[in-house]
Parts: sequence; C-alpha cells; structure tokens
Amino acid sequence: MASFALDVNGKRLTAVAEPDTPLLWVLRDALGLTGTKYGCGIGECGACTVLLDGEPVRSCSLALKDAVGHRVLTIEGLAPEGGAHPVQSAWIAEQVTQCGYCQSGQILSAVALLARQPKPTDRQIEEALSGVLCRCGTYNRIRAAVRRAAADARREAKP
Amino acid sequence: MSAPAKISRRAFLRISGGASAALVLGVHLPGRARAAPGATFAPNAWLAIDESGTVTVWVIRSEMGQGVLTSLPMIVAEQLEADFSRVRVEQAVTDPKYGRMSTGGSTSIRRSWEPLQKAGAAAREMLVAAAAARWGVEPGACVAQGGAVHEAQGGRRLGYGELAAAAARLPVPADPRLKPPAEFRIVGRSVPRVDAADKGNGKARFGIDVRLPGMLYATVARCPVRGGRVKEFRAEAALRVPGVRSVVPVPSGVAVVADSTWAAIRGREALQATYDPGPNGTLDDAAIDALLADPRASLTAVRSEGDFARAYAGAARKVEATYQFPFLAHATMEPMNCTARVGAGGAELWAPTQSPTWAQSEVAKALGLPEDRVSVHTTLLGGGFGRRAMPDVPVEAAQVARAAGAPVQVVWTREDDIAHDYFRPASRNVLAAGLDADGRLVAWRHTVRAPSIMAQVFGKAEGQPDVVGGAADVPYRAGAVLVDCYTPAIGVTIGWWRSVYSSQNACAEECFLDEVAALAGQDPFRFRRALLAGAPRLRAVLELAASRAGWGNPLPRGWGRGIACHASFGSFAAEVAEISVEEDRVRVRRVVAAVDCGRVVNPAILEAQVESAVAYGLAAALRGRIDIRGGAAVQRNLDEYRPLRIDEMPRVEVHWPESSESPSGIGEPGLPPLAPAVLNALAAATGRRVRTLPLEKALSKGP
Repeated sequence: MASFALDVNGKRLTAVAEPDTPLLWVLRDALGLTGTKYGCGIGECGACTVLLDGEPVRSCSLALKDAVGHRVLTIEGLAPEGGAHPVQSAWIAEQVTQCGYCQSGQILSAVALLARQPKPTDRQIEEALSGVLCRCGTYNRIRAAVRRAAADARREAKP
Repeated sequence: MSAPAKISRRAFLRISGGASAALVLGVHLPGRARAAPGATFAPNAWLAIDESGTVTVWVIRSEMGQGVLTSLPMIVAEQLEADFSRVRVEQAVTDPKYGRMSTGGSTSIRRSWEPLQKAGAAAREMLVAAAAARWGVEPGACVAQGGAVHEAQGGRRLGYGELAAAAARLPVPADPRLKPPAEFRIVGRSVPRVDAADKGNGKARFGIDVRLPGMLYATVARCPVRGGRVKEFRAEAALRVPGVRSVVPVPSGVAVVADSTWAAIRGREALQATYDPGPNGTLDDAAIDALLADPRASLTAVRSEGDFARAYAGAARKVEATYQFPFLAHATMEPMNCTARVGAGGAELWAPTQSPTWAQSEVAKALGLPEDRVSVHTTLLGGGFGRRAMPDVPVEAAQVARAAGAPVQVVWTREDDIAHDYFRPASRNVLAAGLDADGRLVAWRHTVRAPSIMAQVFGKAEGQPDVVGGAADVPYRAGAVLVDCYTPAIGVTIGWWRSVYSSQNACAEECFLDEVAALAGQDPFRFRRALLAGAPRLRAVLELAASRAGWGNPLPRGWGRGIACHASFGSFAAEVAEISVEEDRVRVRRVVAAVDCGRVVNPAILEAQVESAVAYGLAAALRGRIDIRGGAAVQRNLDEYRPLRIDEMPRVEVHWPESSESPSGIGEPGLPPLAPAVLNALAAATGRRVRTLPLEKALSKGP
C-alpha cells in the first residue's frame, strides 16, 4: 500500500491503496464518491466514466498511479452543492432517467462532448455516447437532452 | 439507521412531532382501515401528514426505473387533494403491516390503484371532517384542495398540517368517496420523476452504494454449473493479497472478505479452488436442443377448442413452422449485490431487490431466525427486469456477513452476474395452421417446448403450466384451437425475464401469423384485424399502430415494415417496425407503438416504459443469446453479451387511446410485439423468414 495525492473535483485528496488499483474503486470505496458506477470492469459499458483533464475515461481501467497529476472530475463535482450543471438541468427537463445507474457516465460523456463541440450533430452525439450503455433504453431522451443543453448554452451565450 | 433509498426532495420539510401529532393512516385491502398507531393488521400502503403539512407516502414497490416512486404517490396525492410538491416519498422497510412486498408482473400500479386511492380519499374525508368540526359546519360545506380544506361559502381555510392532530382522532371511513376522474388534477399528468435530480448528480443510492460503519466487501467463488459445488480450496494465496481479511466457506461457494471491493476481486483471483460440476457438467446447446425437440415427449394440452386434428386434416391449405429461442441474461446495469449486517439481535439487509418479503423469509430460513428478526431495506435498483425477484443474493450476503462476523457488502462482478443469472428459458415453439378454401383460419396449434420456471424454482407447478403464458390465450378466431406443451426439467438455472414466456411465445405466434397471412394471400395487418373480432381492445391498438405508422405507405428500397400485437399483463400492445437491410445488417429505424393499459397515471412514464421495452427487446432480438457449454454460460461480460447502443436505438413513437378502464401493466407489455414486428419487417424487406433467434446469428449462417 502506498499513499497517493489526487485532485478530485478540485480538492486535494489522499488515497492509500495499491498503485494498480483501478481509480473506480478508489473513488467508490476509499473516497466515498459512489456516484461513479461499476458496470463491467473491462471498459465496455461506460458506467464508470469520469473526466480526466476534461476527457472522458473509464475509471475501471485507469490505475490509481496514472491518475496522479491529473484533474479528476466525478459526477459529484459537476455542480456546486444544491446547484445543477446545464447538462443535468437538460437531463431533468427531458426526463431522461429511468433506473439511473448509467446516468453519471452518460452525463459526464455529454459534458465532455459539449465542451469540445458546442453544436454537435446527431452523429457526433451518437459517437460520443455510444460507449455508455443503458439497459433501460433512455437513448432517445439522452439525444434530446444533449441537443437541449447545446441549445440552452447557445441562448445563454447570446448577448 | 435510515434507509439509503430514502428520497428526500430538497424542497420538502422534515417530519416533526412524531406520531402523536401526526395523522398516520394505515390502509389495508380490502377497504378496511383504521388509524395507527395501534394498527395490528397488515396494511399495504401508508401515508402520514405532519403538523407542517408535509405528506409522507411510503412506497412498498421497488424503484427499478419504472417510476413507482413517482406514480404511486401521485395516486395517493390525487385522492388526498394534496399539493404534490409537498409530498415526500419513502421506500418502505419490510414490515407485516405492508403485507407482501414484491415488484414484478407489471403489477405495481394495477395492484395499488384501488388501495392507494382509498388511502388518500379516507385521509381527505377525515381532514374535511376535522375542519368542519372546527368551524361548526357540515362537511358538505367544506372543500379539500391543494393541501388545505376551504369553506365553500366564506373565506376560511385550514392547511392539512393544522388539521392533522384533530383528524387523527377521528374514525377512518371504511368506504370513502373517491374523486371521479373528471376531477383529477395529478393523475393523468406527466409529473416529473421525484428521483430525477438525485439520479443525475450522484446522490441516488443503489444497493452497491450502501456504506455501513465497519463494513467489509466480499466476492464469492462459485461453481458456474447448476448443481455443482466448490470441491476444495486453498486460501493462502488469497490471504496474501493486500486488503484481504478472511476467506470463508458459505453454501454458495467460498467468500473472500476484504477492506475494499478491489481487494476482494483480487483475492478471489488468487484463491485456489477446484469445482465439482455435478451432473450438469457436460450439458451443452446440442443436448438442450435435443431435449426440447424430443420426438417421444408427451404433450400436455392446456387449451383445446373444437377438433384440431380433424380441422387440420380437412384444411385446404396448411403451414407448419418451428421457432427456436435462446437463453437470455438480464444484464441489469447494476450487477447483483447486497449488504448485510447480522448480529445477536437479528439480520438487517440493504438489498436492491424486487422481492423484499421473499428475501426476508429466505434469509430468516437460511440463518435460522424468526422472520420478524430480519428486516430488508430496499435500495434503488439499477435495473431489475425480473432478475432481482430472486432471493439468492440477499441470502448469500447474510451468510457471508454471519461467517465474516462483520457487516459485508457482497458484490458480484459482471462475470458473476452473467454466469449465475437466472436465464430466460430457451424454448422451441412448433406451430401449425390450416385455412379453408376461402382462406379462413380453421385450425391453429401452438406447441410450447420449454422448461418451467415455476417447476424449477418452487419444485412443483400448479395450475396451467407457466410455459404457455402468452400462447394459451391466443386471441385470433380459429375454427379449432389446440395449445399444448412439454416442460422438461433442465440443468440450467432459469427465471423470469421481462414479459416472461410472452417474450418467446408472442414472437413465435406473431411471426407465424404472418406466415399464415402469406399463405392466405392477405395483408398481415388486415388478416389480423379480421381475426380479432373477439378482442376489441387488442384490435383497437392494432389499428392505432397501423394508422399512425402509415401502414401501406411506400418505403425506401431495401426497407421493410412489420406488425405484431400481443396482450399481456392486463394490457394490449401493437407495434409496427420499419427496418432497413444492408448487406445482412439489419437496422431498426422506427417503431410505432400503440398501447392500451387502461387509465394512464403518468403519460411520460408510460412512454418511457415502452421505449425501454423496445430497447430491451431489440437487443435480445438482434443478438441476445447465452450459449451453454460444459453446463455453464459461454458469454462472460458485456463485450460478449451486448446490450443495445445509442446508435442502434430506433425512433420510437408511443400512442394510446383515452381509456376509463382501471390501469393495467406497462413495464412489460411493450416488449413482446417488438421482436416479431422486426422479424416480420425483415421478411417483408427480403423475403427471408428467420425462425431462430437471435437475428444476427441466423443471418450470419447465410441463407
């Protein structure tokens, strides 16, 4: 076991674990950030998606030691306590969620997409989100929520 | 300890004062109710109003995405005349006062509609009576609305919070007047889900998110073959993995208990274990196919009208076909897990379960405890689909916790989740139909060859065999009908999968009906409609789906359109699928669904449930299969058992008729018509009739 300093949601946190422990389990079991979900452990389902320096990564397949020196953003850090990120608001407006288990991975993937592509095409939405699985079939509402979040952002950007 | 699944909307006030100051009303079927505390019977719903006017509604059904935490309180609030923004929702913990808690068979709204309406209405009448007494007027001079009682003539008003203590002292009306639907303000509206915010910000607590003081994590090494066992194990290497605390044998296998999930996973990898697969160790798909196809099987007739043999023999034209369906895994996004704490006082479980009461009784049995010393907190479920009806995981967690001497969360890896699933049974459906010289259907036979879930789970099956679900009640008018079955025992663990046997039987029936229509030279939609004279609600959704889909309108080259309909769980559903085929790649472009589930409580949730059934059914139809080799599942993870992806999700349009019928199921009924609509569309597009699922396997074999 060794001690690692992590930058998670803008806070400096210390995790004591084996260096090859997947970041997923450090977040969930050591740091109490259970919003990041376990789904498959092989990077196939995207439920464990977090943003590493703004880019979506599968935290089940990222070793703790490799997260050191990078900014980690989990679903808990997306908006200040009591607030909502525009993508989260769009998710509620479109009533996307069913069981909800995959949604943090979906939302973080959408946030990363909109950061690099504020006006995504349907094709770009599909490409960005095709690695995050949902068994409840919320996909059409996810598409609608991403489009809504993009439109909301454009409206706000206008003077 | 409060239940982790507790949903508290930020806007809600906390309950204060306790039972003495609050109106606590227990309601129990049928229709008898009296004020609690002191209620000794088993009510099936509870509501409370505190001095601040906050209404708490306890939900005894499990929230697995189907929206019960929203839709069930809506029913209470409607009759209560509550302000829905001041309703607080709580997940009930097992208690005899709630009766049997289980969620399945698309029954949540069906079974709650009447008792929850009565619960709300009785409370409303008591609040009105309390206000009338306070004002010295007749109850008829008072009106309840928006969480307050108003004086009809005059401006006096008392909030429910101000009336709660007085109302609690009044007798509970046995037969309260229900608000008529014309006055509904909440039911019938797309009220937003109460759990939407927390499911988007990471606060929602699923079973796997439960954290107890001093809790350890465990994985279990199990033999992947039904009836097999761990023969021997050596714990040394597992115990050397950092974070592993202990290795303990339990009835289901060998548990590796650790400080973290990852240590438990690594510890199990290091564990040296050998398995005795038992009598099913050589079972494979070929043996299962041969078992189901056994020509010497003795068939049990479950429905026989007219003389099928004679009608079929005398038919002018005949067709016969055999359809085959694979085992399927549930693959809920949240893998199986359960957290247990076992002490001298009893056992407490936090379980993402569809069957809290069954889990409670099975845990009690397994630990040798009286049932009242076991309590089950139902967490949010990351999907259920029937898998979480089974009590196996709670029982295992309780056994591991007791053996470890600490609170333990047992986590199943995805590989465990698939290997030890209760699979949708494989089946073989043999159909035959005869037409007379005028093209009329004069003979219909459907033989279902499939293992019985009820027989395997409960050791015996009573009444009509479960395997003919969705086949015995074939709605089409035929001169003679014979539905029979063969239900061999099977060495693969099977269970309920969204829509149960309707998932196979409706597919076979609806595809075969297209084959019969083709034999008659008729359009599949019109052929069905003509045979559905005795099933008006099914016929109506068939017509609705066809008209909204533009049945008969031209499609691009390479596209096809298919239709199917099916009644299940008290509801009626029809779907039209439009597909395109390019080089053996089938893409489902659009699904138009029409469903009649009676009165609609929450239209947005209804739409979401049908979208969900389409996605779940489509993944299964396209590529869902669990193969068996050496008695175990071949597919191991989500790269081999692949759910639908966003780029494969068709456009889905959902329509429903206005209805004044009591609400019926909607979690499952949208699924059965999907696969046959797609297969019928494929036949329309290519002339190819696929009779063995999944589609991609059938297509990869070539024509």
